[in-house]
Amino acid sequence: MADPVANTGSTATTPDGGVDNLIQVENLEVRFYTQVGVVRALNGVDFNIPRGQVLGVVGESGSGKSITGLSIMQLVPRPGRVEGGRILYKDKPDSKTINILDLGRQSDEMRAIRGDDIGMIFQEPMTSLNPVFKVGAQIQEAILLHQTPNKQEAWDRAVDILDKVGMPNARRVANSYPHELSGGMRQRAMIAMALSCSPNLLIADEPTTALDVTTEAQILSLMRDLQSEIGTSIMFITHNMGVVAQMCDEVAVMYLGRIVERATVDDIFYDPKHPYTISLLRSIPRLGQKRGQRLEVIKGGVPDPYSTVTGCPFHPRCPSFMPGLCDTVLPIEAFIEGKTNHTVRCHLYPGCTPDSDQAVTGVSGTIPTTSKAQ
Amino acid sequence: MTTESSAVAPDDVLLEVRNLKKHFPITGGLLRRVVGQVKAVDGINFFIKKGETLGLVGESGCGKSTAGRAILRLHEPTDGEIIFNDPKRGQVHIEDLSFGELKAVRPNMQIVFQDPFSSLDPRMTVGRIIAEPLVINKVASGRALRDRVAELLTVVGLRPEHASRYPHAFSGGQRQRIGIARALALNPKLIICDEPVSALDVSVQAQVLNLLEDLQEQFDLTYLFVAHDLSVVEHISDRVAVMYVGYLVEMADTEELYHNPQHPYTEALLGAIPKPDPRNRHRPTRLPGDVPSPANPPTGCLFHTRCPYAQDVCVTERPPLREVLPGHWAACHFSETLRLKGVPRLNEIPVDTMPDANAVAQMQSGHGQSQSNATHNGPGDGGSRPPTTGSTGTGGTGITIRPKS
Repeated sequence: MADPVANTGSTATTPDGGVDNLIQVENLEVRFYTQVGVVRALNGVDFNIPRGQVLGVVGESGSGKSITGLSIMQLVPRPGRVEGGRILYKDKPDSKTINILDLGRQSDEMRAIRGDDIGMIFQEPMTSLNPVFKVGAQIQEAILLHQTPNKQEAWDRAVDILDKVGMPNARRVANSYPHELSGGMRQRAMIAMALSCSPNLLIADEPTTALDVTTEAQILSLMRDLQSEIGTSIMFITHNMGVVAQMCDEVAVMYLGRIVERATVDDIFYDPKHPYTISLLRSIPRLGQKRGQRLEVIKGGVPDPYSTVTGCPFHPRCPSFMPGLCDTVLPIEAFIEGKTNHTVRCHLYPGCTPDSDQAVTGVSGTIPTTSKAQ
Repeated sequence: MTTESSAVAPDDVLLEVRNLKKHFPITGGLLRRVVGQVKAVDGINFFIKKGETLGLVGESGCGKSTAGRAILRLHEPTDGEIIFNDPKRGQVHIEDLSFGELKAVRPNMQIVFQDPFSSLDPRMTVGRIIAEPLVINKVASGRALRDRVAELLTVVGLRPEHASRYPHAFSGGQRQRIGIARALALNPKLIICDEPVSALDVSVQAQVLNLLEDLQEQFDLTYLFVAHDLSVVEHISDRVAVMYVGYLVEMADTEELYHNPQHPYTEALLGAIPKPDPRNRHRPTRLPGDVPSPANPPTGCLFHTRCPYAQDVCVTERPPLREVLPGHWAACHFSETLRLKGVPRLNEIPVDTMPDANAVAQMQSGHGQSQSNATHNGPGDGGSRPPTTGSTGTGGTGITIRPKS
């Protein structure tokens, strides 16, 4: 168990293989073919969402968090394409596993999953709600598509769900247009829409980033209630470490289209391993911290998406950079010794540096090392 | 109800705002008659001492940005006095100045905008953007101008050759640096920072905050820091003022305000912040309802509709902003009797060790068990208190914060 797990290669079979995973993403690759060049948005992303758990996905903008969420919904916008990998979805613990990526983007099967089994909350409630339809009608639409053909019943359920997300006077809100609602109410309407069909998985893409702290607190406590009530799994995409600490069970830290560290939320905050995770945690101003304390910064910025970085993608900004190793060899994902649910992708830890023969056979076969891609 | 403290010599005060109001008219009907007023800012008082940073916080729509802009007369204030201590002219009443006089004073008062994407003209090179204030005020031209632009770029951490590029070639953090360079161009005394970091990623946010602090020291700047993120405001401000629906409800030294709030709204705001500590999960006491509309503010205390401590008098009588403790102003009838909860003092930060190559080399050769460091004590206990990391001796990177004695 404490063995370095380098031999599991890059597919990173789930640490707890027996656990019931609702979603299992394996080696997901997404690229955007633009006129200026190819953007490698995701370079082999592996993770799983256990049933009923909240997975936090954190990282800076441009790290591929949102694209990961959109891939699961098969909504990657053009000119992006999912180039490889599998997204295995298991409706019920005993049902058959299906690979979402095998379904056509616009096939009936995909449409049946999208919105019904998997719901999504988008970041900007103003742009994601249709301004010319009443809020109730937009929620009713989803229910009519997936749940019942009866319009009146669908409308009643829309009002019900609005009530459930803590909307004061749900009947009136259902009859109002998005512009008549405040930011927090719009976001609650979005949540109501995503929850209208009691999805198995809720993908929340920065649901509170645009909101004030007081509204954020309301939304978070609402999501927590609904999660414990309906048993929905949540994939929580955010860059707010405070929200992660309060909401998530497990955390995946992303950097430049790769997951660099995966662990339980407690390990991420109290025993982080990857220098990027550590830097990220140090760069947040904490309440109660004395003034004048300089914030630790990660030097530089996220590299230009069109460029490729050889070796570890974080090496130009890494405080623990080891010349000759980090800038040439891409670290592979390996378990922290003695842990079964904490993986890291950094040369500082045993098992992450691929042996030369592994680099040829096991690793570079599935994860294209960026050096090769040049 | 002036907020001028007797302890502050007028000479030390760079900016004083008295009873500042900004109302926006609501027009309606066929004749576009004024049917109401949005009282975005409705009589606020504060002062900023030279070299200090005053944080102005509040939820969106509380009027904090409007207040910042009204001070510069980017919005024409409806009423009130704005007294600026100009280095050459002494105290000037900004609200009375003619356009020409205002132009002469404005080089000393600059602003950094929130959105680094819309506040830079996409059709101007970065060099021209930064040079514009210098050109308009005829401060420099020719080679001197180019040198000054190069110098400003260096000061904010960019390279002189960036002057020939266009804004689209820069990331959000870099653009915000350009905005800061433009604000610095005329050697201002006061910079109003209108949510300068809220559009940025956390790591970039830290870079820009550190830059602002460095510049303050280097150029003796005074900031009015408008933001809604309370942890950012705490980090950068000497004093903090809290706004709610156009009014100041509390103002005090940063430490005092965060640890000993005197207004229920401040308590609610502080309690709502998600704490970056998974072992300390909590449910904030939810504030019911939404922020009232400034077009139709409630009677009495503005906060009474959502306040858990509200009593009859709160509905009828508006509490003035008064000095409840030395240097601590609050607008609540019951500041003396309420015992409000602030932010507990943070004794340590969980993350204080960075793995270094030596330790890892050791680990790789030997047995890795020692490597899980002492921070991890008792994952099962789920205690509400972060563990003390006193035993984590390996770090010493200096980020551990000592408890205040």
